Formats: sequence, C-alpha cells, structure tokens
Amino acid sequence: MKRNVAIIGGGQTYHAARRHDVDQAEMVNEAVRRALDDAGMTIDEIDTIFLGNMEFFEGVHMTDCWLVHGTGAYGKPGLKITTGGTVGATTVCVGAHHIASGLFDKALCIGFEKQEEGDTGAILSGVAHPLWGRSLAGAAVGYFATMGSSYMATWGATEEHSAMVAVKARQNARKNPYAHLKLDITIEDALNSRMLSYPIRMLDMCPASNGACAMVLADEKTAKKRCKKPVWIRAMDTAHNEQFELDWRFVDTKRPIFSKVCAARMYKKLGVKKPAEYFDVFEVYEPATWAELIWYEDLGLCGPGEGFRLVEKGMTNIDGPIPVNPSGGVLSTNCIGASAMLRVWEAALQIRGDAGGHQAPKDVRRALTTGYGGTNWTVMTALSKTLDD
Amino acid sequence: MEEIKHYEPFEVDQHLTANSRYYAGRMGSRFYVALRDQQKILGAKCPKCNKVLWPPRSTCHVCFSELTETVEIGPLGTVETFTVVTYNEPVQPRKAPFVYAVIRLDGADTGMAHFLDEVDLDEVHIGMRVRPVFARDRKANILDIQYFKPL
Ligand SMILES: [Zn+2]
Repeated sequence: MKRNVAIIGGGQTYHAARRHDVDQAEMVNEAVRRALDDAGMTIDEIDTIFLGNMEFFEGVHMTDCWLVHGTGAYGKPGLKITTGGTVGATTVCVGAHHIASGLFDKALCIGFEKQEEGDTGAILSGVAHPLWGRSLAGAAVGYFATMGSSYMATWGATEEHSAMVAVKARQNARKNPYAHLKLDITIEDALNSRMLSYPIRMLDMCPASNGACAMVLADEKTAKKRCKKPVWIRAMDTAHNEQFELDWRFVDTKRPIFSKVCAARMYKKLGVKKPAEYFDVFEVYEPATWAELIWYEDLGLCGPGEGFRLVEKGMTNIDGPIPVNPSGGVLSTNCIGASAMLRVWEAALQIRGDAGGHQAPKDVRRALTTGYGGTNWTVMTALSKTLDD
Repeated sequence: MEEIKHYEPFEVDQHLTANSRYYAGRMGSRFYVALRDQQKILGAKCPKCNKVLWPPRSTCHVCFSELTETVEIGPLGTVETFTVVTYNEPVQPRKAPFVYAVIRLDGADTGMAHFLDEVDLDEVHIGMRVRPVFARDRKANILDIQYFKPL
C-alpha cells in the first residue's frame, strides 16, 4: 500500500432479532458514538464517511442520505457501499484505500442492517439473474445446502461435523456480550433441529439480526500520535467468480475459484507459506456451518478434504491452535451490512487483546478475515499488531 | 432482395413483492404519540444550535449533539414554497389538481412538506398562513395530519 493504514477505533451495537426501541439512524448512531469514543475522536475530526448497507433489505434506498444525522456525514465527503454479504469488509477496504492513497487521513466506516424491517429473502431473489435464475430462486439456504451435500459426498464428512461447527459458534457467542444467538446447545440439539433443506438444519444457518458496527481508520502518522493500540491493515484483496460457475459448490472443483485465488494473492503479498502458523486468529464469513469447513480448506489451513478433521479435533476452538471465529461468527450474528465488518473489527479486538470473554488465550499478532456474498465473491483483510509483523 | 425478418424482443415479466415495516424509534415514537393522543406536533430542540428541527431526531445533523428535548411547534405555519400538481400518475398520492407546500410551522427552523387543501388554487401564495386539519382516526402516519388549509 502507498501509505500504511491502521484501525484506531471501533464499536458495535448489541445484535438482536428485535430492535423496536430505535429507528435506523438511532441504531447506527450507537455504533458510531462507540467507535468515536474508542478512537478518542470527535465527529469533526473525521475527514470522510463510508456507509455500508444493502439496498432495500429494510425497505429503503439511499440510506447514506437519510441517515446523515445518525452517521455524522453531514457536509462530509463519502460513499455508500452495497456489495452483498461483503458490504462491511468492502466498506473497510474502501476506507483503507482512501487513506492509503493519501486523499484522507481519518475515515469512519459504518456497516448496518435492520433486518426486522424488510423482507431480505424477497430482495435477495433480485440477486438471481432475471432470465436464468430468478424464477427458481429462494434466498440463501439452498446455496449452502448444495455445498454441504457435495462436501459430505466428496470427503466422507457427516452431519455430526456440521453440528460441531454449529455448537462451536454458539458456545463462542455465549462469551461475546454483543452476539445475537448465545445458545447453550449440544451436538444432539444441532442434529435434532428442524431440517430446512438437506443437509442444512435450522442450527446450521445464521440468524437474521439487527445491528451496526463502525470503525475509525487512520494513516500511520495519525495512528501513532492518537492511538495506543493501532491495528495495522497489512493487505486486502478481493476476487469474483462468474455468476454461473455453479460448479464452485462442487467442493472438489479444480477451477481457480474466488476464495482460493484471493487467498493465494494475499499470501503472496505477505510472503505467507503456512497460513495456519502465520496467522494467530481467523474470522471467516460463515452464514452456514458447511461454509466454515470449506473456508478451512480454501484458506489452506489444512489440505483439501481435511477441514472436517480440524473441527473434529477441536483445532479451531477458541483455545485451539487455529482459533476460527472466537466471536461466534456469522452463524451467531448476521446483520448483513455489518457482518463482514464485524469480522475485521473482532479480529482487531483479538490483536489488541480487548476481546474480553472471547479473547483467544494466546499471543495474537496477526489475523485474517474474510467476507463473502452475492454472486460468489470475497473480500479478505490481513491485520497485524505492529508494522514488523 | 434479402428478406428482413422482424422479431419481437423477448421479455421476461419480473415481479418482486417485499413487505417492510419501519420502527419509529425514540423520537419518532414521541412525535406520533403526541400527534395521535393530543393532536400536538413536536419538533426536537438542539440546545447547542438553538434550533428546533422537524422531523424530530435523536442526533442533530449539524453539530452531532444527542437530542432528548422535544418542543411543541405550530399548529399554525407559513407556506415557504408550493406547487400545484396538474398531471395524474399512478404514483401520485392524490388526483390532480392538488397542492404540495413546504410549511414552516411556527417555532420550527425547518419546513414540513404536506398537502394544502380547501384552498382556491389561484390564491395559494408564498407567505400564506395555514393550519393543520387532523384526521379523526389517527394511526401513527404522517397523514394523521390530513392536510393544511388557509386560516
Ligand atoms: Zn445542533
């Protein structure tokens, strides 16, 4: 990057199925004030504001305009970002690029979704191609169900393995005061939960959450002057599939799919040979249990077909050698426009040592986060404790 | 001569039905409770800017102060600008002709867009003094004020 960029503050709302007590601006404002407080900054010091949110998920458009009082964007330059599940990570990426380029020194990035207010499933069907897909489309469950079927058939994993991911996420969420689904569940509970679309059961899927996250990014000079524990954004990358490369859900595909392409580019930039050793914590975007197992493999934390062995051996537990989603992840909290930002913010908290009850019990110096959404694409972010890490 | 064939463009009809509901929040709820139960119109006061804002909001967009104080505004107001709508479209909320006006309620520092009715179209003018007509059956909608009319 042309200039180094650091995360110098952040904050989130608590996440829940109901936020009848606030309107959208009031909810967003909670996260914004927490982020500014954490960064020790006033809104006047912020140069530019980027707001991430999906179009029409809460029945409204142009939220960047009519939430100006909540975001603090009045009179400031900025953009609205709308990129599917990746929204929050893209918003951080855009903020970081604007600082790295030298255009601005301090950027406020915000992601939110108030899912209770709209019909996310109906609007998601608009993601499907009008000619080739829309008449068949039905939101996100089927997408991950076909992935799960392929995974079991190809590698010999069983429903117990997805249940292990379901339990790990919700037990981690119980340690995170902001998480939505803090469920004290067992493998049996997951296996007995209602079948939605084989092999996806109720507890294999993320909830529909309301919530917001905000982060303050700054250039190196500002970060060193103003922040005791800056977290550095060392690399970011994005990669897309073509929408109809449906065979990426065939988990043994030899095609260069988005997730592997993106990870390979990130690792090349950073000189990473063994990602499971290089990074201390991972926060991945797993709207469904099977997606997490496939992330293990696509990120190279293990070989192809070995992902379910990692969870089986507890390797990715909060106190395991490769902690994945100590926050509880998307499986526990999915306020779409904030979800991919929460991955980055939670990873930053781990590096700062400020994650509280869900802090991984190890020296966390580097973390990797992923987002994923829409028509098969990802945004990845690598964070570090110092510029030497 | 080569025969030219004409094909109709192939269209796929698309419909999306998406219901939504909006929660009025802290300030919005206070506004609608006062309107519904007392026929009072509330604005939010920013003590720092010394302004009264309509619609009421929890943060001042100018100075970013958290706002908690509401004050009654109106019910009388002044037309700041207006238009007479003379065409019909399915999206219009009323049949033409009708008047849209931006009304500055007494005590407010911002305008409210609303209908102006029971008025001679030739007599509508900027600076006209108006008052609200409240709906009999009020259900937390901006049409709980049915329209404004001249004094
Ligand atoms: Zn003010």
